[in-house]
Amino acid sequence: MPDSPTVALFVTCLVDLFRPSVGFAAVKLLEQAGCTVEAPSAQACCGQPGYNSGDRKSAQAIAKGVIAAFEGYDYVVAPSGSCGGMIAKHYPELFAGDPAWQARAEALAAKTHELISYLVDVRGMTAVESRLDAVCTYHDSCSSLREMKVKAQPRRLLQSVEGLALRELETPEVCCGFGGAFCVKYPDISNAMVADKTADIAQTGADTVLAGDLGCLMNIAGKLSRDGSAIRAWHVAEVLAGVEAPPIAQAETPGGGSGGRP
Amino acid sequence: MTELSPARFSEQAAAALKDAALQRALGNMRIGFIEKRRKAADKLPEFEALRDEGVAIKNHTLAHLDLYLEAYEKKAVEAGGQVHWARDAGEARQIVLRICRDAGARTVTKGKSMIGEEMHLNPFLEANDIEPVETDLGEYIIQLRHETPSHIIAPAIHVNKDQVADAFREHHTALPPDRPLDEGPDLLAEARTELRERFIEADVGITGANFLIAETGSSIIVTNEGNGDLTQILPRVHIVLASLEKVVPTLEDATTLMRLLARSATGQEMSVYTTVSTGPRRAGDPDGPEEYHVILLDNGRSALYGTEFQEVFRCIRCGACLNHCPVYGAIGGHAYGTVYPGPIGKVLSPALMGIDKAGKLPNASSFCGRCEEVCPMRIPLPKLMRHWREEEYDRKLNPAAVRWGLGLWAWAVRRPALYRFGARFAIAGMAFLGRRRGHLKALPMAGGWTAHRNLPAPQGGTFHDLWRKRKSTRRRTDR
Ligand code: SF4
Repeated sequence: MPDSPTVALFVTCLVDLFRPSVGFAAVKLLEQAGCTVEAPSAQACCGQPGYNSGDRKSAQAIAKGVIAAFEGYDYVVAPSGSCGGMIAKHYPELFAGDPAWQARAEALAAKTHELISYLVDVRGMTAVESRLDAVCTYHDSCSSLREMKVKAQPRRLLQSVEGLALRELETPEVCCGFGGAFCVKYPDISNAMVADKTADIAQTGADTVLAGDLGCLMNIAGKLSRDGSAIRAWHVAEVLAGVEAPPIAQAETPGGGSGGRP
Repeated sequence: MTELSPARFSEQAAAALKDAALQRALGNMRIGFIEKRRKAADKLPEFEALRDEGVAIKNHTLAHLDLYLEAYEKKAVEAGGQVHWARDAGEARQIVLRICRDAGARTVTKGKSMIGEEMHLNPFLEANDIEPVETDLGEYIIQLRHETPSHIIAPAIHVNKDQVADAFREHHTALPPDRPLDEGPDLLAEARTELRERFIEADVGITGANFLIAETGSSIIVTNEGNGDLTQILPRVHIVLASLEKVVPTLEDATTLMRLLARSATGQEMSVYTTVSTGPRRAGDPDGPEEYHVILLDNGRSALYGTEFQEVFRCIRCGACLNHCPVYGAIGGHAYGTVYPGPIGKVLSPALMGIDKAGKLPNASSFCGRCEEVCPMRIPLPKLMRHWREEEYDRKLNPAAVRWGLGLWAWAVRRPALYRFGARFAIAGMAFLGRRRGHLKALPMAGGWTAHRNLPAPQGGTFHDLWRKRKSTRRRTDR
């Protein structure tokens, strides 16, 4: 493997549409880690919504497009455990019984990573140069935690952010209730789950919540915002790269400015 | 009370979320079970290896299920037991009735049995003038309250102590009305006294089985109250209700699984009582029933053998998946409207009643994966739920609007350039509407989201558009 690998960024549909700043933060961190970053334009979504709705055929068709667009790069990195997990854990299973595509899916799966674990585990990153004056808490998104084994890596890098203190949730590993289509199919149950999550966040006394998946963050920040909470939410990559945008669901960083740029 | 049904899952869940007493009971439950299991698992260095061993035992047994069931039957009959095979719940009920009638039974005591629930046995016995008396404390409580179990190992987990006291005062009318019933021990002592009488009256005792042992023809139950022992030893006739997958090859295998069961269920190293029954009372035995019957229930299970759902038959009914499920924790067990609630129920119920009737259940999961993480038998519950969703989709059982929406989405996503063209407008619109506050409070067709949360506004411009611009700027400055 070359020391300056070419990384294809799997942007994810939510980052592409809602929060490009997460994608640019990912690019910045990957470049700091010595990678050349490309963002293949032939990407829209990993296919998970179809896959989890039982529409296996559509999911396969989408997955084939992703495999073809990404298999030529050294690595595929996504700023999301959920989309990363879809490619790394579910694509091979999606093509069970189709040896040719399964082999290609497995090859792609083997070089696909969630962003923060890629930086720490593969690129050996131990610290970042960034600053944010905040008391943060961190929500472990389910796919990052269980499918992509992301737990210590973001905490490790966050420790190096100047001005940032980390306070753990009581139940960091409990689902926030997002679950893709789940949150709109079962809004009441999802609401009960996210209400538990925001109560746990508030109970830590933190003024900022971070996570590695934009889906969970939109859910959590959307709930905090509806409840009138001033707690800020960012994707962990944004904080590690140096915050450049207002918190999710907020127009401005309370107190003015746009966070603590170094 | 209208009958609970999986078809009304959403309504039942919404009602459960508003039920203050239920929410109080669930709040107490959630932390307790999880902490206890974690401590028990942490204390045993070989816990993960034990899980692997348990999985291997069950996989082996399931691969040769016919052989082990036949071996079990042979041994059970040799020990003087009678084995009855029941294709469905109806057949099983008739077998129970025949045995009870032959024994001239008026009262039967019952140990906790989920198979009994699957058979809807209590209402059936009552309709035939046989009084069933539940002897597990939790089951006894819900029997008084005319409810079904809301949890597979803690049937009355949805009931608070004060509600138990109310039920006791209502039914135990011979006792002084002003007696204290505030503490757990008061309630336990009173239930015990009431039940003692019933144990002695009973003509038939019915229990479930945690395991059936092929090498000895024995059945095993584990309990924490000892009620199972009295249920099966005191009456003249003992009936064991078991489903096909309860069989394991040896006693040794059962003990391995028991170590997993107690730790995963309640965080105990071992359940308080483990009772092994092999046939009826033999000459010289100090106690035991004169007749020992085992009813082996299929009830749709054999149709799943050899399919991807076979893995679900590793289940040892520990309840850990329920205890760790955030959906179960939010709504409790009754909202599912099925015998088996929680993640295991979402996989098992469509098999027992049909995906056309129980289709809502496998859909009601955020796929957080915690159930699979704690399942001692490593059953891939989310994957199996997804398989049910696929079956539902393939059979066109889900709503037309969902199918249409999905179809449109899939069509667009496969054409990234076109997709981006359309997305650009949607995003620009939303970004414009949300530019002042950074979020939107309502949006057409997004009511599921905005009923409870604001929608974060897009920053404006897609990543790919911005990326292309940035690359061309970089190229220009590089020149
Ligand atoms: S599925 Fe697993 S966790 Fe759930 S009851 Fe069965 S064995 Fe226990």
